[in-house]
Amino acid sequence: MSDASTVLSIRGLTLEATIRKGSIFPVTDAHVTVRPGEIVGLVGESGSGKTLTALSALSLLPSNIRRTAGTIEIIGRDTSAMNEHELSSLRGSAAAMVFQDSLSSLNPSMTIGKQVAEAVRIHQDIDRAQANELALTALDQVGFPQAKQRFDSYPHQLSGGLRQRVAIAMAIVNRPSLLIADEPTTALDVTVQAQILELLRSLVNDLGMGVLLITHDLGVIATTADRVNVMYGGRTVEQASVLDTFTAMGHPYTEALVASAPTLTDASDVVLRGIPGSPPDPREPEPGCPFAPRCTYVTETCLPAPPPLITDADRALACYHPVGAHV
Amino acid sequence: MSEPIVEWRNVTRAYKASGNAGRGKKLHALRGVSLTVNEGQSVALVGESGCGKSTLARMAVRLEEPDSGDVHIDGRSLSALNRRERREQTTQIQLVPQDAAAALDPRATVAASVAEPLVIHRRGSSLERQARVLSLLDEVGLDPSLSDRYPHQLSGGQRQRVVIARALALEPRMLIADEPVSALDVSVRAQVLNLLQDIQRQRSLALLVISHDLAVVRTITERIDVMYLGRIVESGNTRDVIDNPTHPYTAALVAAFPDPNPATRLRRSAPEGEVPSPVDLPIGCSFAGRCTRVQDDCLTIDPLIGVPPAHDRAACIHPLQTATN
Repeated sequence: MSDASTVLSIRGLTLEATIRKGSIFPVTDAHVTVRPGEIVGLVGESGSGKTLTALSALSLLPSNIRRTAGTIEIIGRDTSAMNEHELSSLRGSAAAMVFQDSLSSLNPSMTIGKQVAEAVRIHQDIDRAQANELALTALDQVGFPQAKQRFDSYPHQLSGGLRQRVAIAMAIVNRPSLLIADEPTTALDVTVQAQILELLRSLVNDLGMGVLLITHDLGVIATTADRVNVMYGGRTVEQASVLDTFTAMGHPYTEALVASAPTLTDASDVVLRGIPGSPPDPREPEPGCPFAPRCTYVTETCLPAPPPLITDADRALACYHPVGAHV
Repeated sequence: MSEPIVEWRNVTRAYKASGNAGRGKKLHALRGVSLTVNEGQSVALVGESGCGKSTLARMAVRLEEPDSGDVHIDGRSLSALNRRERREQTTQIQLVPQDAAAALDPRATVAASVAEPLVIHRRGSSLERQARVLSLLDEVGLDPSLSDRYPHQLSGGQRQRVVIARALALEPRMLIADEPVSALDVSVRAQVLNLLQDIQRQRSLALLVISHDLAVVRTITERIDVMYLGRIVESGNTRDVIDNPTHPYTAALVAAFPDPNPATRLRRSAPEGEVPSPVDLPIGCSFAGRCTRVQDDCLTIDPLIGVPPAHDRAACIHPLQTATN
């Protein structure tokens, strides 16, 4: 697929982290593609490498973690060829990020209007009045009620849902092509969560940006994502449309994950399966497929080396024994 | 007909409001709640933050006292008991905390944590306690070899099993689980939910689950009580209420719920607005400001379940129609 049609393309990403006793590889083979106008869900459990993969897209990795393999392109531009100045002008303009905890990502001593306007003035050469005007438009756009009257409010005066709207306004005010949202609704109540997810969808439709939505919540994925990228043990194990992810999955991990999550349409005698065992520990790497120790379809083929991610049309799968292919 | 274990009888609880919410005013956490949990029954308490669900649960173990109204355990009012009787009564009901990592002493081994309630209540000899700990660990699916470990050496799912084992140590007749799996990964969640359900059935325990996850409570509870701003607004069989809500707030919660099933995503919709502050409450129905079915009388009449003109299942004057059969 051509890179001009993607806002984010991560291929074969490997990250090495320096820890007290040597080094570990929290991400070993991550692949992510986001096109304009779509929401791609990046799902995985704690430690699967999903957040590190997203942070590396904006070169925001902690100082003890470095990229040892793979390419990252944002709107067709290779980020490894950029210097720090080019990277910081990229962040916040072409690509922006929204975090889980808006209380700590907003400055508590600055009014919300000023914070959004500041995000404009860092990237665009305009005067304060124009920046305020753009900030107000962005706040209106994210459904912040009475944005004009509450322009001078401080973050602590707002509810969690409104703060998250401010954080989203800051992220979209410069019209980024790519928005990375890391668990943006985890801290919110369910009705407010639904509002924020609807907002993300309408912003994607109106502005045509691409969104990478990182979450461990399959419900958020099912209600919001167009395509899904499943990570396990630092690797991308499956990419598929949201419907295929839930109903025609190829990876045994995706299958087990979906079977673990109760839904509102389950029959009364449904037994949740869960996945026995625990995720791989990057401090004790095994050579084979990372899911092999917990997989019900495992054979000796799975143990010597991890299966490569094989792309077929609009799907990709890293498994020697895909779901449905068993005798 | 099984006997009630805990009854909350028209309990209220208000706190002093602080900060810019309105100094000197009162924050109404519970505004007259009555609820009964019977022997062996599994009940869900759902609602958004600040609706009072945790305050209500904490009253059953006397971590909170009602301002008015009364909590009865086995038909006896907690306020009428002397200290020793109260201490004995509250061992019948145990809390399973949400955050097991915070609830466990980081310097105590698994065995010490599970044995702690037995030590405090002077149950058995040291040898008997050791045997008891091993059988509890076995019941919650933990290998005996883990008994010498410390909390930081365990996974999140294992820690949650430890706090469940500890809650079972005094042979309670009821568990109160406050968001028992929300801190866990999806694949581990299912294991812990299955465990809670197995324990509830095998021991015929009463189980009160506080959760915001409708799919979870639909799987493991028989009855549901939906709370909004310090009141129960709808109550009934869990599946009936979730599949056919009659209170507009319950319907809004169901419509907003992110169901892990993309086939139902078109049915999703987000309700308007946010939960109003429990400090300055409106005169009529407290959901009126967000309700799509609101009419003039909703602004003056404060509906209560079963009290006409409200519905007998929902505290609503204009409830949604239930499927008739």
